[in-house]
Amino acid sequence: MEMTEAPILQVKDLRTYFNTDEGVVKAVDGVSFELRKGETLGIVGESGSGKSVTNLSVINMIPSPPGRIVGGEIFYHGKDLLKMPTSEIRQIRGNKISMIFQDPMTSLNPFLRISTQMIETIVLHQGLDKKAAKEKAIEMLKLAGIPSPEKRIDQYPHQFSGGMRQRVMIAMGLSCNPEILIADEPTSALDVTIQAQILDIMKDLTNRLGTAVILITHSLGVVAGTCDTICVMYAGRFVERGPTDLIFESPMHPYTQGLIKSVPRLDRKDCGRLSSIRGQPPNVIDLPDCCPFYPRCDKAMDICKRKYPAWKTFDNGRTVGCWLYSEER
Amino acid sequence: MAENDILLDVKNLKMHFPFGGGFLGGKKGYIYAVDGVDFQLKKGETLGLVGESGCGKSTTARAVAQLHRPTSGEVLLNGKDLTQLKDKDLIAARKGMQMVFQDPYASLNPRMTSGDIIAEPMRIYNTHGILHMSKHEMDERVEQLMERVGLSRFFRNRFPHEFSGGQRQRIGIARALALRPELILCDEAVSALDVSIQAQILNLFKDLQEEFGLTYLFIAHDLAVIEYISTRVAVMYLGIIAELSGSTDLYKKPMHPYTQALLSAAPIPDPQVEKTRKRIILTGDVPSPDKARTGCYFYDRCWKRMDKCCQRKPKLVEVESGHQVACFLYHDQGI
Repeated sequence: MEMTEAPILQVKDLRTYFNTDEGVVKAVDGVSFELRKGETLGIVGESGSGKSVTNLSVINMIPSPPGRIVGGEIFYHGKDLLKMPTSEIRQIRGNKISMIFQDPMTSLNPFLRISTQMIETIVLHQGLDKKAAKEKAIEMLKLAGIPSPEKRIDQYPHQFSGGMRQRVMIAMGLSCNPEILIADEPTSALDVTIQAQILDIMKDLTNRLGTAVILITHSLGVVAGTCDTICVMYAGRFVERGPTDLIFESPMHPYTQGLIKSVPRLDRKDCGRLSSIRGQPPNVIDLPDCCPFYPRCDKAMDICKRKYPAWKTFDNGRTVGCWLYSEER
Repeated sequence: MAENDILLDVKNLKMHFPFGGGFLGGKKGYIYAVDGVDFQLKKGETLGLVGESGCGKSTTARAVAQLHRPTSGEVLLNGKDLTQLKDKDLIAARKGMQMVFQDPYASLNPRMTSGDIIAEPMRIYNTHGILHMSKHEMDERVEQLMERVGLSRFFRNRFPHEFSGGQRQRIGIARALALRPELILCDEAVSALDVSIQAQILNLFKDLQEEFGLTYLFIAHDLAVIEYISTRVAVMYLGIIAELSGSTDLYKKPMHPYTQALLSAAPIPDPQVEKTRKRIILTGDVPSPDKARTGCYFYDRCWKRMDKCCQRKPKLVEVESGHQVACFLYHDQGI
């Protein structure tokens, strides 16, 4: 991965809020990241931390109302996606930036054959005629490892198993040779042996096509095996960002440290007690202007209760948002 | 193993569900959800039950609890066969066995307060005349239970929707403890929780076991969780037990090809390990359990299959001390 290359996607200080009866939910509150060609970026965090909202914001699919993007910039090849008219975004969405969702049953239309659903996208974005589009669809299904795709393409989603449906989604997502593939918990609904198959195919295909991937997941095991870079998210913010190896080797933010320690591991035989993070994840409604992790943090200091920690970037490509590492207190 | 050490003895348990036929017609058949399962639970131990979705883990637990009346087989709890008991006797016998469910949202009645939910088992046994607890005693017990599982007693008048997922699971655990059971069946009790909360609940289960001498049948699909909590582990595939052994033994030396594949497919949260390890990637999906099988259940996906595997079913046989496996690679006993 060459770091000199300009990033294809650049998200700067993104803020997405939702208005609810109880107050404003700051689902995403100042998130920045970059994505380079062919890179695989992992976003990890617990449920409700804003992983999915971040990525829905990138492709401008936040339901509004109640949601709205209140600040930030998203540059795709230098153009701000947030300022683009809808017609232009539709040229990009599903074409240059495509998405795979967690539940392949609800993201495929149960009334339409696989062929209809796949051909629709290809005809729309690639300008092929229907016959050529079908051939292309069959080719993609074959690449995704679906046996006898000529026959199966005319079947309905319910005739596929969970793993097979996710393969269809991958084939569909990659059918327009996108530059960026956003995979939102692509394997969370699947069993481990099927998960291994799907991750294998995703890695293989995106390598071959040179696609950059944003992988959203709550499983640290999945990111460890697939991602070049990791962003750890907590209560709408990134708390730590950096190369996968470094983050696992020496996590800096107390939350990342706690998270890595609280996962039971198969390959370690120390049958001691599992360390856990005390307390509950915060309610994201009307969060105070301070570090959202401080009530659960063992290293909390006075300043943590008053101010958001400033970002500190290190030479080795890591960025941490914690007062422990900041000089300006 | 002394005979009186055994708390639960499950013998050749089968649970088949009929489908089709009847009013709407259609092809008649059976789902062979659990197809002959044998295991024993000693007092104070934790048996982990692991496998992919649809392999019959939950059905096994429900058949043990008699929530489904098993098609055949015996379930001996303290030497009493639950499958033979009439409803009234069953209630009394089942007092020592409680369940914790997966979904902390669906398993709590949204119209009851947390205090009422925890008191419900005691109330039921009171009306059946098995327990004789006064209102005051019950209240005291509820508060004591709430504190024990890490909930404040002041929360007793709150409704489930006011709690987070982890707290709800604590309510479910307090309810299971209410009757002072010996055996708790945990059906994916931590699967719906986030990792940081999952660790808290796993530790709570361990503490409670030490304090009350509980025995667990712990179901999960996450192999690392099972390894952490269990003394022994049974790997299920398509309604049978493929391998059963001590927890460390199983993870160090998996014998059944399915166990080997399962262990190699589980992601490990360490990039260094992930880069170097070899994966066994199984082809195909778990087949549907809707037909009776003559050969090994894993035959279709096994990469070490032999001719005899499709002719006879391998029996679950102890090939090393405490290590049972159902595979012809290690023995020659079939059905």
